[in-house]
Amino acid sequence: MASQENAKNPVVQKLREWDAQAVAEVIEFRGETTVVVPKEHLKRAAEYLLSEPSLRFTFLSDITTVDRYPLEPRFELNYQLLSMDRKERLRLRVKLGGKDPAITTVTSVWPTANWHERENFDLFGIRFDGHPNLTRIVMPDEWEGNPLRKDYPVEGYR
Amino acid sequence: MTVTIDTPIGAAQTMVLNMGPQHPSTHGVLRVILDMDGEIVVKAQPVIGYLHTGIEKSCESKTYSQVITLTDRIDYLCPLSNNLGYCLAVEKLLGLEVPKRAQYVRVLLTELTRVASHLVWLGTHAIDLGAMSVFLYCFREREEIMKIFEFVSGQRMMTSYFRIGGLALEPPTGWLDKVKRVIDAMPHHVDEYETLLTKNRIWMARTKGIGMLSKEDAIAMGVSGPLLRASGVPYDVRKAFPYSSYEEFDFDIQTSDGCDCYARYVVRVAEIRESLKIIRQAMQKVPAEGPIRTEAQGIVPPAREEMKTSIEGLIYHFKIFTEGFAPPPGEVYQAIESPRGELGVFVASDGSNKPYRVKFRTPSFVNLQSLPNLCEGRLIADVVACIGTTDIVLGEVDR
Repeated sequence: MASQENAKNPVVQKLREWDAQAVAEVIEFRGETTVVVPKEHLKRAAEYLLSEPSLRFTFLSDITTVDRYPLEPRFELNYQLLSMDRKERLRLRVKLGGKDPAITTVTSVWPTANWHERENFDLFGIRFDGHPNLTRIVMPDEWEGNPLRKDYPVEGYR
Repeated sequence: MTVTIDTPIGAAQTMVLNMGPQHPSTHGVLRVILDMDGEIVVKAQPVIGYLHTGIEKSCESKTYSQVITLTDRIDYLCPLSNNLGYCLAVEKLLGLEVPKRAQYVRVLLTELTRVASHLVWLGTHAIDLGAMSVFLYCFREREEIMKIFEFVSGQRMMTSYFRIGGLALEPPTGWLDKVKRVIDAMPHHVDEYETLLTKNRIWMARTKGIGMLSKEDAIAMGVSGPLLRASGVPYDVRKAFPYSSYEEFDFDIQTSDGCDCYARYVVRVAEIRESLKIIRQAMQKVPAEGPIRTEAQGIVPPAREEMKTSIEGLIYHFKIFTEGFAPPPGEVYQAIESPRGELGVFVASDGSNKPYRVKFRTPSFVNLQSLPNLCEGRLIADVVACIGTTDIVLGEVDR
């Protein structure tokens, strides 16, 4: 994975100027930029990216988790942002440890995050603090375990 | 699934009405829990998951090429769009360039898929609102498009025709004549639907001013595709982030400021006409001969001739179909404009021959989330129109 600390991406520079603490790492791969954000800065960074007039990341496409089990920090949350005005995409990434993974919700920033966060809660067991209705979405309510985790058994009887 | 509903006691007396999951107008197995005050919907709560098949989990135990057959099954009305989204994502991960001929064929077929998908939408939406003949007409024309898919790929629905690096097979001789025959007849058929619906007073009464979704709400709710464009946002992935040579085609983004069900009908019908325009251009552009697959040793299967005659060809053929190939570690997100909106495919590779994680950002899943915005405060009969107008495919919602 190509990692460059001095990325030329203007969005990354803006973010750095705004708060250098909010950018832990920048990954450039196949023309896509991923900014790794410490988890306590995520909501602030989201609000900044949405409201800053020169950025305007108004559209949240997706929230996806990658489970790096058995590595730690185990979970990587990827927030796919899109600026429709400027035709630009950006990916925010937050890393969460395997023990009681939790993060602040971004539903107040992008209302569409509601179902995406429920899906990640359901399939990966990540808690989104402050979410208005954090329940399972595709699996039955009484289901045990989180099917998309890498340590979830894929064979045999349950 | 247990659902709690806070029913206000006192001023308004509400009744809980369960719609679905077995209901003809929910287009599959969607369940909506409606909180009713008389005929008025106070609260609508979609409940999904009845068709969850764990496709994303299955992808993790298949090689990159084997996943293609699963993508067909996500959205059974536009399998070719799903094939394209996934193939483009893996090609991006590998850094592969696909030959122009294959790109044009891909454009042509995905636009045909869009026409077929919009026809199913129009037919089912019309039958929900009581227009039976439109349904029969639409399925008649869709059948002709299905025959083209069968002729080209050997399958009507689960085509799996796009492969990583190009196409599965050389398109058969004479396929463009068949396409031409179908699309030459199409404008006349679209006029026919429009005479039945566009100025139809019943149709207008059932759709105008129903299911309002403002521009701001649409963006905030992450809505994409015709639903977003009918709210006046000119966003189309084909224009914003062109893929598969879309930048070479001349077409317009169809928008409307109506924000209601009627506007979505107008936008989708206009999109059928735009797609026909793109198909006509693609027919001109597709060269009669040329490679349909890129050359990448160990990734794209060698030509049949080479496999039969050279030892390297045979070895690569065998290796690709037994153990697959291993892209470099990294993550990519590739979006395409499927008939329903932005279909995003996120693929994470750990350097092995199986994808570490595949995520399909399906437009139906996100668009369905806006259903309460569309139907709350409206009559119960309008809920049917609102569900129809979001054009959801439950296979895609639940995956």
